[in-house]
Amino acid sequence: MMLSRLSRLTPAIVILSTTLALSGCGYNDFQRLDEQTKSAWAEVLNQYQRRADLIPNLVETVKGETSFEQETLTRVIEARSRATAIQVSPETLNDPQAMERFQQAQGQLGGALSRLLAVSENYPNLKANQAFQDLRVQLEGTENRVTVARNRYIDSVQQYNVLARSFPTNLTAMIFSYSPKAGFTVVNEAEISTPPKVDFGGAGQSPGKQ
Amino acid sequence: MSTAMRTPALQLLPWLRLLAAVFGLLLLLWVTDAQAQPVQPVPALSARVIDRSATLNATQLQALEQKLARFEAERGSQIVVLMLPTTAPEDIAAYAHRVADNWKIGRREIGDGILLIVAKDDRRVRIEVARALEGAVPDLAAYQIIDRLITPAFRQNDFDAGVNAGVDALMARIRGEELPLPATTAPANELSIEDLGAFLFIAVPVVGAFLSGILGRKLGAAATGGAAGLVVKLLTGSLLIGLLAGGAALVFVLVLGIGGGGGRGGPGGFHRGGGPVIWGGGRGGGGGGGGGFSSGGGGSFGGGGASGRW
Repeated sequence: MMLSRLSRLTPAIVILSTTLALSGCGYNDFQRLDEQTKSAWAEVLNQYQRRADLIPNLVETVKGETSFEQETLTRVIEARSRATAIQVSPETLNDPQAMERFQQAQGQLGGALSRLLAVSENYPNLKANQAFQDLRVQLEGTENRVTVARNRYIDSVQQYNVLARSFPTNLTAMIFSYSPKAGFTVVNEAEISTPPKVDFGGAGQSPGKQ
Repeated sequence: MSTAMRTPALQLLPWLRLLAAVFGLLLLLWVTDAQAQPVQPVPALSARVIDRSATLNATQLQALEQKLARFEAERGSQIVVLMLPTTAPEDIAAYAHRVADNWKIGRREIGDGILLIVAKDDRRVRIEVARALEGAVPDLAAYQIIDRLITPAFRQNDFDAGVNAGVDALMARIRGEELPLPATTAPANELSIEDLGAFLFIAVPVVGAFLSGILGRKLGAAATGGAAGLVVKLLTGSLLIGLLAGGAALVFVLVLGIGGGGGRGGPGGFHRGGGPVIWGGGRGGGGGGGGGFSSGGGGSFGGGGASGRW
């Protein structure tokens, strides 16, 4: 009777022990964090896409200001077309080079945009233009969301990578060939580490982002 | 250093210069290091209005607090006002997001929270909007509230009027949004009939099968009944409902006879199965009633909102 009872329980025991073994080696954690990274990345893409969608309107509005610095404007247009040409799907997340190209393009677009917004402070007509102000607010909001989305992505990549590198879960990573994912790096590291030049005399310089 | 001490004063001079240079450099490093000060801590969420800048007086604070409390009772959405001198070294957007992400204001299931944050000495103000309210308060609307209602009053040094106008406008926008209203009955902690039903029909058979597999049918049924009764009693706080549920579970397992046949009967003590513990988890959430205030814990902030300066 004892034996029959045990045999009746055998499937349950097998399922239970397999579950325990799999969760002990972190397999489920890998799946969870992998999904989390992917969705965090999708959010990053989503916000970058929104930024790219707002730019044509901004360019149109700025074009109305005939005296506007053409160079700044063309730089934004070019950076946008470059940035939208590079697509990173969740599958290429593990490719550090593709990630770097993507980041570089988006970083350039961000730089060109903030330059345009900074320069626009010098044009009273633009500052008084309601459509331009609205776009500026929306762009600022999008930049904030990009920052938040990027931070979420960095966090989830970090969790994933810690799991992939620490013992014993690194064995699981080895068996299933899960490699650490690429996080966000600062594109213009050299540029940032040099202190900004402050020019109180120049009228052309205006405070950057608000 | 001890050898340098013993040398004549003339020989000491270059050393002193070097020392002075090193010291100067260290001082410079220390000063620049001091600029890279640690970020502002996130204050404890002690009230709906937290004024660290000592701007509003007690009556103004209380009036605002009551207004926000009434609004939460009426619509369920949580609005919190935080005023502080500065957010340095972070900018207000980064700090506001950190605070909002930490507090997670907004109802647990809905996540509708808004943080209005004023950095008085920085002359910056920001409305941080949870994702659930980004439809009701899009960035543009938040910016317009700041630009047209808040900062004009702030420029006149009338902070109370500015904050109140901003909060009123935010409330008006949230009222226009179709969000579920707060439940007037049954605080979050109470079990609904559906939950109890699900418990009886899902957890009890599973646990019952397991226990009667091990202990035999009658003993297993008794143990399941006891465990179910105990859990239900703990969850609902009512002995009567607990007894009823325990009895129901016992009959359920006994009649369905899921377990192994012909087990030995006899007086059985209460065995608590492992199953119901899982059931107990995941329930929580504060009932926000009474005088105290706690975050609903559901607000997810994605960086929405707008900033302004005056």
